[in-house]
Amino acid sequence: MTNGETGKRANEQTGKRAEGPSNKPRLRLGHLYPDLMNIYGDRGNILTLQRRCRLRGIDLEVVALEVGDALAPEGFDMLFMGGAQDNEQRLVAEDLQATKGALADAVQDGVVFLGVCGGYQLSGRFYRGLDGTELRGAGVFDLFTLHPGPKAKRLIGNLSARWEGGTLAGFENHGGRTYLGPGAEPLAKVLRGHGNDGESGFEGARYKNAFGCYLHGPLLPKNPAFADHLIGLALLRKYGDATLAPLDDALELMSHAEALKAP
Amino acid sequence: MPDPRTLASVWAAKGTAYASRALRRGGGTAASGLVGLWLQPGLIADLAAQLGEGCVVITGTNGKTTTSLLVSNAAREAGLDVLANGSGSNLMRGVASTLALAAGSDGKLIGPQRRIGVFEMDEAAMTLALPELRPRAVVFTNLFRDQLDRYGEVDAVASRWRDALARAPKGLHLVLNADDPSVALLGEGWEHVTYFGVEGKALGHDAPDHASDALTCICGARFEYAVAFYGHVGHWRCPACKRKRPKPHVTARRVSLRDGRSASFELGVGEEKATIQLGLGGLYNVYNALAAVAATTALDLPLAATERALGSATAAFGRQEAFEVDGRRVELFLGKNPAGLNQVLSTLLLDPSRKTALFVLNDGIADGRDVSWIWDADFEVAAGKLDRVFTSGTRAAEMALRLKYAEWTERTMEVDPDIERALNRAIALTPEGTCLTIVPTYTAMLTVRELLAKRAGKQEFWRL
Repeated sequence: MTNGETGKRANEQTGKRAEGPSNKPRLRLGHLYPDLMNIYGDRGNILTLQRRCRLRGIDLEVVALEVGDALAPEGFDMLFMGGAQDNEQRLVAEDLQATKGALADAVQDGVVFLGVCGGYQLSGRFYRGLDGTELRGAGVFDLFTLHPGPKAKRLIGNLSARWEGGTLAGFENHGGRTYLGPGAEPLAKVLRGHGNDGESGFEGARYKNAFGCYLHGPLLPKNPAFADHLIGLALLRKYGDATLAPLDDALELMSHAEALKAP
Repeated sequence: MPDPRTLASVWAAKGTAYASRALRRGGGTAASGLVGLWLQPGLIADLAAQLGEGCVVITGTNGKTTTSLLVSNAAREAGLDVLANGSGSNLMRGVASTLALAAGSDGKLIGPQRRIGVFEMDEAAMTLALPELRPRAVVFTNLFRDQLDRYGEVDAVASRWRDALARAPKGLHLVLNADDPSVALLGEGWEHVTYFGVEGKALGHDAPDHASDALTCICGARFEYAVAFYGHVGHWRCPACKRKRPKPHVTARRVSLRDGRSASFELGVGEEKATIQLGLGGLYNVYNALAAVAATTALDLPLAATERALGSATAAFGRQEAFEVDGRRVELFLGKNPAGLNQVLSTLLLDPSRKTALFVLNDGIADGRDVSWIWDADFEVAAGKLDRVFTSGTRAAEMALRLKYAEWTERTMEVDPDIERALNRAIALTPEGTCLTIVPTYTAMLTVRELLAKRAGKQEFWRL
């Protein structure tokens, strides 16, 4: 379910099981910029983590981290950042430097992170936008994103890709092309669609327990294995145990199949 | 003498439309317009210039079709001949086709003196249409995220609108929703503007809901709201630069939404007042009515004619249309983006006897290939309120999944991508004498409507 390195780090970090008053496992999810970065149904990713935790008796607390809210380096087990319009991306990029400096450290510590679309771009080293201005990213991943200019085609359409846990299905809509450095691994191999830069054949990135991708739609509801992978990593880091009870995913898998064959 | 290219173009467009209908390929509006524009790129400008009463363009994310219908009816009540592009043909080719088919065999518009054009334009096509149509007034209803894979992001649409207006003649009259900041701010520095808006706070909330797309001002600060009606529509102000909702000239007070099938409100137009009984339901249709009143005011049509049009208003194509099928009332509510769908949901809930619903989600090009928008609509508000729910369309499973994650736990929840089968099943399981509510996306609405028309005996749309 996870790679050995993060597992070891998790045990070193946490040691003992810290449980809630009712002996329920407890996880804290920081939702970065729910107001500004929510353009492609990103809320669905949060709903999915909440529901899938609740059904397993895991107490998942979701905390909104807006512009100006400082990110406490040890406050969270999971962090999520969705997509935004260009205007909002600028505001977010400034705030990432001003109040969310702990994001990259949290990822170094094995905190689970998911960045989608704009949240993926801004978690790299930098994003050079349509007008050539450069936004500094959070530095979670060794990657950068370039917008090739107004004449270049946006990469839009259904996207499917193969990762270690099966297929991922979703939709992509981005002007920027993302290039991975040696410190980031690709998350998945594109089966259909454009992915990171439209040419490499790869989609998304991963580093430790951090994941970034262009797949929205939103990603997690119809990719339940990936959603559970994230929850499992957070549990493993905190409690040393990633076991999750199976759920009835008939509708989730139907949606997954439907998205894979969407035109 | 008409321009010979226009003459040839009109003939070709008419021929194409005739052939298309003969071949039963639908109304032929798109094809005939394309042929016409191919032969004569100046077709729209040439024919629109002949409209004796000029024309008005209606654009925005939601409410274009209904507002256009209300404006058309008001103009007819005022004794004008109306030329309107119906049937959802709101791109350039649709307008070209409408104009060409209204021309005679001499290539000139028939009976132009008393004619007014009422053109609904797609948010993107609007920018191309302005220099060709040279309208007297442009109505902007609202601006929300809609089909991001087609139109691009909301900010991009707003900036295209501003560019188009910057090139428009200064005499153009703008009709703007005062309550939608991204629309209202288009009026800055403009001489002729009529704003419309809803007064009072009874129907509002303290803060904008999730489907809000204009949270920050041009200056970068966050708007504050005295009241938010839906999405980012409400009484807004910017605490930093002091921009604020302009005081509307056309207003609704004391709005009553009843059971969601009609509404009443006190209309104000400057100093004048009238009580309006609107034959359409939901707050969004009150906004459409206000947009229509503001438009007809800008066009100098008599208010009495507009009031008559509002009183006798019936639903536009696929929007709150009702059909009688096998002793059940079947109601069709087009829902194609988060803000619109939220308005549909809150309107449905006004009548607690609505217990059966069919949601049809397609991902055709005209719907937007990207269905992620359903996750931005607040289905949560209706959790536990219905008994039987059906989902259908090319993305039937995704639709059902959205409802699952909104914690809908209806006794009956059936998924069938085949629209005809799902519709028949939903009708069969709707108890006789009760109501089936259908919420389709655009292309799904066309399919559902055709199937319902077969069963209920309404005409196909291009013959209406």
